[in-house]
Amino acid sequence: MLRTALRNVLAHKARLLMTVLAVMLGVAFVSGTLVFTNTISDAYQKSSEKGFDGVDVAISPDDSDDDSANPGEPPRLSQQVLDKAVKVPGAASAYGVVYGFTAVSDRDGDLLGSGFSNVGGNYYPGADGKDPRYTMTKGRAPKSAGEIALDYKSADSGDYKVGDTVRLSVDGPVRNEKIVGIFDTDDGNVAAGGSLALFDTPTAQKLFAKPGQFDGINVKAAPGTSQDALKSAIDKVLPAQAKAKTGQKLADDQAEAIKQGMSSMQTAMLVFAGIALFVGIFIIVNTFTMLVAQRTRELALMRAVGATRRQVTRSVLIEATVVGAVAAVVGLAAGVGIGAGLRSLLNATGAIVPDGPLIVAPTTVLVSLLVGVVVTVVSAWLPGRRAAKIPPVAAMNSVHATPTTRGLVVRNTIGALLAAGGAAAVIAGAGMGSDGKAPMAFGAAVLVIGVFVLTPLLSRPLIAAATPLLRIFGMPGKLARQNAVRNPRRTAATASALMVGLTLITGMTVIAQSLQEGINKMASDGLRTDFVVSMGGANGSRPLSPEVSQTLAKLPEVTAVSPQRPSPARVGGDNGVLTGVDPKAIKDLVNVDFTQGSFAGLGGTKVVIDDKTADEHHWKLGSTIPVTYEDGNSGKLTVGGVYEGNQMIQGVMVDSATLTPRMSTVTDTQVMLKIKGGATDANKELLKKKLGENPAIKVQTKQDISDEIAQAFTLMLNMLYGLLAMAVIVAVLGVVNTLAMSVFERSKEIGMLRAIGLDQRGIKRMVRLESLVISLFGGVLGLGLGVFFGWAAGELVATELPTYELVLSWDRLGLFLLMAAFVGVIAALWPARRASKLNMLSAIKAE
Amino acid sequence: MTTTPTGVDPALRSTAAAARATDLCKVYGEGETQVIALDSVSVEFHQAEFTAIMGPSGSGKSTLMHCMAGLDTISSGSARIGDVELTTLKDKKLTQLRRDKIGFIFQAFNLLPTLNALENITLPMDIAGRKADQAWLDQVVATVGLAGRLKHRPSQLSGGQQQRVAVARALAGQPEIIFADEPTGNLDSRSGAEVLGFLRNSVREMGQTIVMVTHDPVAASYSDRVVFLADGQIVDELRDPTADSVLDRMKRFDAKGRTS
Repeated sequence: MLRTALRNVLAHKARLLMTVLAVMLGVAFVSGTLVFTNTISDAYQKSSEKGFDGVDVAISPDDSDDDSANPGEPPRLSQQVLDKAVKVPGAASAYGVVYGFTAVSDRDGDLLGSGFSNVGGNYYPGADGKDPRYTMTKGRAPKSAGEIALDYKSADSGDYKVGDTVRLSVDGPVRNEKIVGIFDTDDGNVAAGGSLALFDTPTAQKLFAKPGQFDGINVKAAPGTSQDALKSAIDKVLPAQAKAKTGQKLADDQAEAIKQGMSSMQTAMLVFAGIALFVGIFIIVNTFTMLVAQRTRELALMRAVGATRRQVTRSVLIEATVVGAVAAVVGLAAGVGIGAGLRSLLNATGAIVPDGPLIVAPTTVLVSLLVGVVVTVVSAWLPGRRAAKIPPVAAMNSVHATPTTRGLVVRNTIGALLAAGGAAAVIAGAGMGSDGKAPMAFGAAVLVIGVFVLTPLLSRPLIAAATPLLRIFGMPGKLARQNAVRNPRRTAATASALMVGLTLITGMTVIAQSLQEGINKMASDGLRTDFVVSMGGANGSRPLSPEVSQTLAKLPEVTAVSPQRPSPARVGGDNGVLTGVDPKAIKDLVNVDFTQGSFAGLGGTKVVIDDKTADEHHWKLGSTIPVTYEDGNSGKLTVGGVYEGNQMIQGVMVDSATLTPRMSTVTDTQVMLKIKGGATDANKELLKKKLGENPAIKVQTKQDISDEIAQAFTLMLNMLYGLLAMAVIVAVLGVVNTLAMSVFERSKEIGMLRAIGLDQRGIKRMVRLESLVISLFGGVLGLGLGVFFGWAAGELVATELPTYELVLSWDRLGLFLLMAAFVGVIAALWPARRASKLNMLSAIKAE
Repeated sequence: MTTTPTGVDPALRSTAAAARATDLCKVYGEGETQVIALDSVSVEFHQAEFTAIMGPSGSGKSTLMHCMAGLDTISSGSARIGDVELTTLKDKKLTQLRRDKIGFIFQAFNLLPTLNALENITLPMDIAGRKADQAWLDQVVATVGLAGRLKHRPSQLSGGQQQRVAVARALAGQPEIIFADEPTGNLDSRSGAEVLGFLRNSVREMGQTIVMVTHDPVAASYSDRVVFLADGQIVDELRDPTADSVLDRMKRFDAKGRTS
């Protein structure tokens, strides 16, 4: 049997080509993901280990104890801790670390380091006057306020030299500093493309912590002292709010964190690889079904001469194993290439990945090969079973009737039940709020399976609906439509493959666009402000100096201005946040509805709270709220109003005049303002100018905020599209496969059509239209399911996001349908050409 | 052919050529593997005449038909349908010529399974985007006796019925010439006789021109004229044949073949 199976594979090389390609692509996606993530993970781990080279024991503040007297004040380490640590036996030297956000401007006033990580730190000269972390390649280390050293990459890209003055900002106001040195470092953030500016230690402490305090202390062991010994020695002298870790432990922790970070990315990518493989299943099933059908006589003959059913099935499965193995090996090789290519691509886009070898782990090889073979064999199992059912007598008859009608009746009944049940579960889930996730996911899976089962039935009416359109193309159009429904199962499987990709693409688009609109609405509906001023940089909001709001308040053009000044506090016994705002200006800047009272009830110790907080604590107008401020003082606040909060505007709003004196470090998240003339470009320029052309500060209109939200969603959607592209490509292979089979099987008909007068263009058109019809069929199903799932998932989102509304972008949906049509046209190129070039004579000659 | 005379004066036959081959050569392969399938064949197929081409397998009879029908290319010489020289035509014009001026009947019926009988009959006209002449169509359908089965698909028809659909398809477009390649090869003798009867009647009554390739002397006996082919050359011709006279001639070639 093995020999027969191998011969069959060789004999059908061409017909197995698309199957091999489909499996190959799926396996390449899997192995590429594994190689890429392993390589990156390894490189980052190595580079982070290097970063801990000079650290034997690291002391950090212990913030696990949350019941400190002063809510929110981050614990830090004092100079005494450092002095004690360096004196313990076995300690050779120690240095203190402070760091924080620092935006460095290039010569045009734009941010250097592309927003990845913009960090400022301290240069801590040791006994030898050097900081072991940084090597000055030019100039010297910063010694006093007004001097900085800059990492060489940023200096390069900003074209800065020693002696230049650079503009930078830590918390808002612009600082002009002189570059006295340029340095090299192993620092991971710099390796990743971020910027690092070094201050002298006292300046850095003033900027990022408090004079004399550190965020961390690193101790180096004397020769002969182990890290563990040093750690236990240090443990003895540590104050309560500090803890020590060995350098090894830190490196291990970080390695673990990197691994976990990469593993979630790996999982996400593998999900998409899985989708591509899943789509490939349809192609494999189609191909093997065809191979079995074409070999009916041969298989029946084998049965007639004594092969058992099991042997027949096995011969098909062996064939599948060979195909799967070949595809898996090629796919693995391609995957290694993809992994290497992705890393270079990442480097080219600016995210610099630390150097390291390409990691092809044994598990990668094993998993890839296994995935390729298992997917192929499992997919071929059904056709293999069908092959075994061929009766020996079929060898004698020229026609062996396959059980189509009865099979389809059973199939349609099951499909209809599954689809209806699944749809019901999804709709039920949509109405259940946040509890609906599980029934919805279950229902979606069942519905999709039901639709798969039903597609052969659906193919006739849906394709018949295209009749008027096809009529334009005359006879080739009519023939194409009829050909498309000739083998409903095959057409269905082909269309299903495309449907999977389009369902996901459509569903995600609907959800993302609706979400974007919802968030945008929430963000802009809640605001009356003309401009919002905040700190730039990528990762979320950073603290803004109160100087900014003061500067803005002094401008004669500005009519209303309020900071949003968060202060950690204990509110009614719970840890929470008080937000300081300007009580007079705030009503002109935000737009919220009050259920009780109004903004008039804000001022002094009278505050306004959102409805959720009010409900939680059973507070209402006039209630007294006991608070403990950031500085440890207690006080009482009175509720002057209850408003309807949302994700953007929520919590307890306090008169900033009351709050500010109670804060230990005064920073704002953002400043909102109204200006004469409104949100114009000229006003934006004016504000920027008045704030000192600061690289770190963003001045945004409501439109800018909307654009920023839209941009984030567009980026996310584009990434999803990219990941789903593979599934669509595999589906295209499926359409090519089906068309090639059809052309092959109908070569006689095509020859006859040519003979009686259909020209080559007509033949091509016929094949192309068949492809188009099948692809559009899959596209329509995918769009329908995608919109349905998008709607259902949106119903769940809407319970959490009141401004959520279903957005159906007809442009986008139309584009997807067009894409399905394009898939059809592309897929038909080669089969159509082949059909038109068929030798008429061999096609019409009798056997 | 716009008029459809029900009877044709025998004197009119043999005068005008519906198709003509002059020094037609067809060579396959090159060098040592070269095979000469047709060796300077010159022959005329007359209007309103039923010609049978006979010969042993490998004699080139099918090749001659394929070349004359514009299905295959010609190595040298000339092939004309009416006054159109086929050798100068590109694929597109050649396809149009086949569509508009030639009818085909194949051994394996070659109907489209997705179309019903009527749709199969009108297929060439549908491809051309022409409307069928309804009166003529009705006459053809009535002649081949398919009136009750026009809505049937090929799979619901017997072999004889299928071939009658194919005959109707060839006749429906009123082509200048019909080429039939072993039209009864897959039929039992009764169905075969029926189909041959239709072909003969269409020549007698409708003035159709038919060229049929066959190796069956009985089938050939339905024709007006038999052209014998052997080794790529025309070796003999017989007018108003009977099965016996055809068989006689065939035997003679066979004997010659064996003795030489």
